[in-house]
Amino acid sequence: MALSCVLEPALSGFNFENSTRNIVLENGSEEGKIKAPKPMKTGTTIAGVVYKDGVVLGADTRATSDEVVADKMCAKIHYIAPNIYCCGAGTAADTEKTTEILSSNLTIFSMNSGRNPRVVMAVNILQDMLFRYRGMIGAHLILGGVDCTGSHLYTVGPYGSMDKVPYLAMGSGNLPAMGILEDRFKANMDLEEAKSLVSDAIHAGIMSDLGSGNNIDLCVITKEGVDYIRPHKESPFNYKRQAKYKYKPGTTPVLTKTVTQVELELLDETVQMMETAGSS
Amino acid sequence: MSEEMFPEPEWLSEEVKTGTTIIAVTFDGGVVLGSDSRVSAGESVVNRVMNKLSPLHDKIYCALSGSAADAQTIAEIVNYQLDVHSIEVEDDPLVCSAATLVKNISYKYKEELSAHLIVAGWDRKKGGQVYATLNGLLSRQPFAIGGSGSFYIHGFVDAEYRKNMTKRESQEFVVNALTLAMGRDGSSGGVAYVVTIDKDGAEEKCILGNELPRFFDQ
Repeated sequence: MALSCVLEPALSGFNFENSTRNIVLENGSEEGKIKAPKPMKTGTTIAGVVYKDGVVLGADTRATSDEVVADKMCAKIHYIAPNIYCCGAGTAADTEKTTEILSSNLTIFSMNSGRNPRVVMAVNILQDMLFRYRGMIGAHLILGGVDCTGSHLYTVGPYGSMDKVPYLAMGSGNLPAMGILEDRFKANMDLEEAKSLVSDAIHAGIMSDLGSGNNIDLCVITKEGVDYIRPHKESPFNYKRQAKYKYKPGTTPVLTKTVTQVELELLDETVQMMETAGSS
Repeated sequence: MSEEMFPEPEWLSEEVKTGTTIIAVTFDGGVVLGSDSRVSAGESVVNRVMNKLSPLHDKIYCALSGSAADAQTIAEIVNYQLDVHSIEVEDDPLVCSAATLVKNISYKYKEELSAHLIVAGWDRKKGGQVYATLNGLLSRQPFAIGGSGSFYIHGFVDAEYRKNMTKRESQEFVVNALTLAMGRDGSSGGVAYVVTIDKDGAEEKCILGNELPRFFDQ
């Protein structure tokens, strides 16, 4: 059971307060139906692998808004706790906010109890929250971390389903990434093997999926600490701008110059005394 | 450029379902539960090794089918409620109590949830029992099957089930039924998980795909 002084007490049962309102809005009145706004997605490839000494998480760095790349160097591996990191796919805002809420709750918990949080606790809190919101929070998350019970890799879906697996890929590029992982994963790999496997899986996602691209970030979590490698591999397609787009002052000639005085009329004047703490 | 030119693949937003085969059978002295391991989201397999037999208590297990999130959550909630209940009565809970707790949730939230759990276990009062809790009904049966793959084996289980089988015979019956269903249902597959519960406790076993029995297979 979660400590009641740490997390907000969950309402008993399932909360469907807004569902009738949503149905009424969608069916609409005579003026027209109000459609729920379409959330921005991060077409993404994220992957994680458990190896001999810990967990390796990887992600691409492209954030798209329909067909435009909104951010070329977006960070998809989020900090949860010193020993737990989380990759997020799906709606960018949802993954960011959810991981921030989870991170604050876990920090309060570790200050309260004096222990490092366990990965399974993070997963349970996430699953509970996402289930309560019935899939409205579009966050597909891969959580990985090392705690006193060992190294763990979990995935939590937007509807609240949870899976514990030794290797995993999520996001729009997950099919090609999963192909690489299924082919080359072995139990108890060493660090270099695991890093190259995750990096190749993300690379496959980037090559075969339009929504993933740019650089590859890696995050290696072990009992000793965390190595956040950003970027692990840079995209070879960094175009340098061919020309400068700044104009010298004086490029545009001034033809004429007119100065107009603005007439101001003083209507009302009030003076308010301010209380200032007198200090010498 | 409109949105129809780049339609988003359905499995990105489809809810994760366990298209499944689950089965539970009583034998003289306990129960045997079995499930496949495939979890699908639309046409894509999300997890090919998921264990759908979830413990509710030491000697009571439930088999999950339907929406993965809904079923996992119901199992967790009932696990918690059974823990509290068993502390209050200072004894192991009855299988009937576990099934009733599952039934209460399934019935109350019938419109919002889409999960079907089969509850099975052993208690001191009535021995091995299997309860089906589809959509909020509570029915004690000698055996129960569920999930999308169960449609293909209704005939098989009706013909092959006999009362008072031994533990070995029930385990074979369960494994055969699972194999036949996995062979014909696209949404079931992977490995077979089998749990045997009797008065001494629960024993979990995982049977890999290539160790399953072979049937008509040309």
